[in-house]
Amino acid sequence: MKIQALGGCCKKSMQNYQNTMDAAKECGIEESVEQISDTNEILKLGVMATPGLVIDGKVVSSGKLLSVGQIVELINKHKA
Amino acid sequence: MSDVLGFITNEILAMKWLNRLVGELLNFLFGSEFAGGKWGLSLQFFIYDFIKIGILLCVLIFIVSYIQSFFPPERTKKILGKFKGVRANTIGALLGTLTPFCSCSSIPIFIGFTRAGLSSGVTFSFLISSPLVDLGALILLASIFGFEVAIAYVIVGLVLAVLGGSIIEVSGLGNYIEGFVFDGANVDLEVESLTTKERMTYALDQVKDTYKKVFWYIVIGVGFGSLIHNWIPGAWIESVLGKDNPFSVLIAVLVGAPIYADIFGTIPIAEALFNKGAGLGTILAFMMSVTTLSIPSLIMLKRVVKTKLLVWFIVIVMIGIIIIGYLFNFIGYIFI
Repeated sequence: MKIQALGGCCKKSMQNYQNTMDAAKECGIEESVEQISDTNEILKLGVMATPGLVIDGKVVSSGKLLSVGQIVELINKHKA
Repeated sequence: MSDVLGFITNEILAMKWLNRLVGELLNFLFGSEFAGGKWGLSLQFFIYDFIKIGILLCVLIFIVSYIQSFFPPERTKKILGKFKGVRANTIGALLGTLTPFCSCSSIPIFIGFTRAGLSSGVTFSFLISSPLVDLGALILLASIFGFEVAIAYVIVGLVLAVLGGSIIEVSGLGNYIEGFVFDGANVDLEVESLTTKERMTYALDQVKDTYKKVFWYIVIGVGFGSLIHNWIPGAWIESVLGKDNPFSVLIAVLVGAPIYADIFGTIPIAEALFNKGAGLGTILAFMMSVTTLSIPSLIMLKRVVKTKLLVWFIVIVMIGIIIIGYLFNFIGYIFI
């Protein structure tokens, strides 16, 4: 599984990345998380408002900060 | 009917009862000599305005964010793609007020719109209206100046956004965009629809975030407001910013442009200036100038547009605001 946390310019995006790391750790897949802060890369995914979250190439959230619990839920939903 | 509107404006939106309550409380605690003096009145204004703006801000941001949750930028982009010409500019200006984004998203939005084939005019109409016309500001303005002024502010704000965007497009200035903006495909995203509960949570989070973010702007704004309210002589303000001074609007716009403040921090200053005899148009011009043109947002914009377009953007917006200012100074008596 590949998890991408989008955004790196504002505090919210940094927090979202941190929460994604924590959630991945909980699921035991922390090595699969990467942060994308390049505007162009983010736009290529169709996201215009950060923070965003992408799991295996699919945008699952954009424009909002997710809690650790929410991200864990999204990861599990994707696994199933 | 006008009694009802007056009651809503004075007691619910302006919370005049709170002002009286704070006044009584200060009187009770420190005696009438202090409460009636300059320091006492300054303190009264500060406490009253701080609480009032805090309450209004929380209620308003909640309502506004709830509405905004229906218009993420990805969906706005799709909606705008369906319109052409002035209609597109108008809808761009309207959606500018409804689409939520923080300043660091303005660049992705600019690029996203451009790649989706939206015209430069629509994009600029969107960018001008979004800081300028704000649903929350509408209600706050109504609480100070009444509904007529608030609605007039929104209408002229939208007209400025539509005209500004159109001028940039028609004059060809809109072509001065950095090349890399075009180097990429447009990607449309399927926007998931939210449940009511998710929208509520989103709105509540926005309230918390915004309050934290603008807290100091409000403190400083209200502080300046109470200073103006009680310490700066009215005659002095009237001679500089009163509607009889032909340069008042110009001064207000030039002073306001480099300042960056949230609209919620600007309003207490506007309120105090207005009570001291500054012209209505001058005050509106000051508020528009502070919120629309600011150095941080211009630096952001510089990354995607060429200098020529940036300079013209500033000039067009400034001229528009100045015209609006003079217009309101001339016809302001209709509203108040």
